[in-house]
Amino acid sequence: MTTENRADWPLYEVFVRSRNGLAHRHVGSLHAIDGTMAVEMARDVYCRRAEGVSVWVVPSASIVASDPAQKESMFEPMVSKVYRHPTFYEIPPDVKNI
Amino acid sequence: MERRAALFEYLLRLGDSCLVLGHRVSEWCGHAPELEEDIALANVALDLTGQADMLLGYAARIEGKGRDADALAFLRDAWDFRNLLLCERANGDFAHTIVRQFLFDAWQAELYAALARSTDAGLAGIAAKGVKEAQYHLRHSGEWVVRLGDGTDESHARAQAALDEFWPFTGEMFETDAVATELIAAGIAPDMTPVEAAWMRTVDDVLAQATLARPKSGWMQTGGSKGRHGEELGHLLATMQFLPRAYPGAKW
Amino acid sequence: MYTQGLDQRGDNAAAPARADDPAALAAFQARIDREEKIEPNDWMPQGYRRTLVRQISQHAHSEIVGMLPEGNWITRAPSLRRKMILLAKVQDEGGHGLYLYSAAETLGVSRAELVGQLLAGKAKYSSIFNYPTLTWADIGAIGWLVDGAAIMNQVPLCRCSYGPYARAMIRICREESFHQRQGYELMLKLARGTPDQKRMAQNALDRWWWPSLMMFGPSDRDSVHSSQNAAWKIKRVSNDELRQKFVDVTVPQGHFLGLTFPDPDLKLDEGTGHWNHGPIDWAEFNRVVAGDGQCNRDRLAARRKAHAEGAWVREAAAAFAAKRAHARAAKAAE
Repeated sequence: MTTENRADWPLYEVFVRSRNGLAHRHVGSLHAIDGTMAVEMARDVYCRRAEGVSVWVVPSASIVASDPAQKESMFEPMVSKVYRHPTFYEIPPDVKNI
Repeated sequence: MERRAALFEYLLRLGDSCLVLGHRVSEWCGHAPELEEDIALANVALDLTGQADMLLGYAARIEGKGRDADALAFLRDAWDFRNLLLCERANGDFAHTIVRQFLFDAWQAELYAALARSTDAGLAGIAAKGVKEAQYHLRHSGEWVVRLGDGTDESHARAQAALDEFWPFTGEMFETDAVATELIAAGIAPDMTPVEAAWMRTVDDVLAQATLARPKSGWMQTGGSKGRHGEELGHLLATMQFLPRAYPGAKW
Repeated sequence: MYTQGLDQRGDNAAAPARADDPAALAAFQARIDREEKIEPNDWMPQGYRRTLVRQISQHAHSEIVGMLPEGNWITRAPSLRRKMILLAKVQDEGGHGLYLYSAAETLGVSRAELVGQLLAGKAKYSSIFNYPTLTWADIGAIGWLVDGAAIMNQVPLCRCSYGPYARAMIRICREESFHQRQGYELMLKLARGTPDQKRMAQNALDRWWWPSLMMFGPSDRDSVHSSQNAAWKIKRVSNDELRQKFVDVTVPQGHFLGLTFPDPDLKLDEGTGHWNHGPIDWAEFNRVVAGDGQCNRDRLAARRKAHAEGAWVREAAAAFAAKRAHARAAKAAE
């Protein structure tokens, strides 16, 4: 479909840590020649307003994702496991520090 | 030479080089080989223009004649400009732009690192901020030199041609005249011998990775610091200075 | 914004059959009605995907082509401050084009393909960028009017039902907040400057006002895509509503500048509080959209030139990456 596939640069997903203490967060994607250049491009494309202190790039093709068609079997069984949450347990109000 | 006059002259050299090269790089905006690189080049142009603003602003204060950075940028003619001849050379193809940038960045990163230790606090402050930008520019232009040099036969040939064309313009970066001597003695400007040695190491390292041949150093072009420019600068200024010249006294 | 590769599941052979499945359509519409965001891997009707690819890519093309008229003045900006502002702004437009191409790519179409459509003259982009920037005041007028109109259009898109598009728009709207302000500030400087500067500002308003109103697209009565896009929550506010909102906020700003709008019918309706404007010349709009604006050919020629002259660079980079990958593989095999 494309006229010059041999020169199409691969797609990278970009993750930026906005400041120390926070996790890297997905911010978008870009095309780059290789990982080294992708990091530089990510700095110029996604951190023009000092949005980050650290950048990760990942070739988009390397991401393995869950299948949305299986969303129900993947995630709904967790919804019913209420005993994993502290609010499931009734403790008399007189008991402190628990 | 009187030290204040020497510092003014020196600041014009630094500031004009940033201004003129920033202008050249800004000409790419909207026309680069790929969108990501368009954005990267615009950042380089922005950094250089910002440095020009600071350096020329400081030059104007040192001069003390009521001029400001804009007056220096927009109301001087070509023979009063003090930029490196390398900076005013036309963009040419992407290889020319990148090689020109790399030769300049490698020089500026070393020079700013040294100037950050200047005895002149104003200049040291500007250099300390600028060195981070210059080091990033160097990284980026260096990466590109390697990729063009070791890419296809065509890109290799284009990069080598650019290198051969610009090499005679690199001697000017390390000249030491009366202005520089005065400032070196005062610890304001650095001795250029170690700067040149460090520059050469960077250049050799990147050219080796790029499989490009360093041209022989023969006759080096000179004249930028004396206002003896090539023909292209006049056209650049005609474009850049059009509005302030056409509407004298207007504020923008 | 996830990838083409991840997205292919949505394009498999079974998809067209399911697209006709009324139960799937109804379930999809129910998700939209519950204000759930649709994400790249989710099942979606073919029409929804097609509409989004068309709209997002047109939007991306507009950002990229939009770099040209403003970029025309970067080398002539009249002060260092203005030079940096304009360069940063045009650079932002490039970034916004990139975010939008990325969003479109999550729908299973590559950027190369979309750019190919633009260069082949098959894709549309905003009609406004086919007008020339003649004077420095045009840079102010574009920021104030064109970006102002764009913001009106874009803010509701932040709530678009398609997640990647909505997220791109949030980022774009946040970044564009300075674009309109710098344009108005520029106009203010001119309007309060010398008589020549004021004349320059008025001249720019005269030329950019009507094209700005056309940016909102045809009247709701004549717009082909409106109702389905509204149901899918792709476009949430109608062309005419947005246009009226733009006129209402912009006219007082123009009066503050001491400028006159080139519309003898422009009048405040005391009852409704709206500024009523005169008839829009839709023949001009259609002409420009069809390719006969003053700059259509120049804009495409400039994009084609940049693309063609960049080909050897893109190839060199790809060749280098392939060589290095090959060397790494050889080393690993040792």
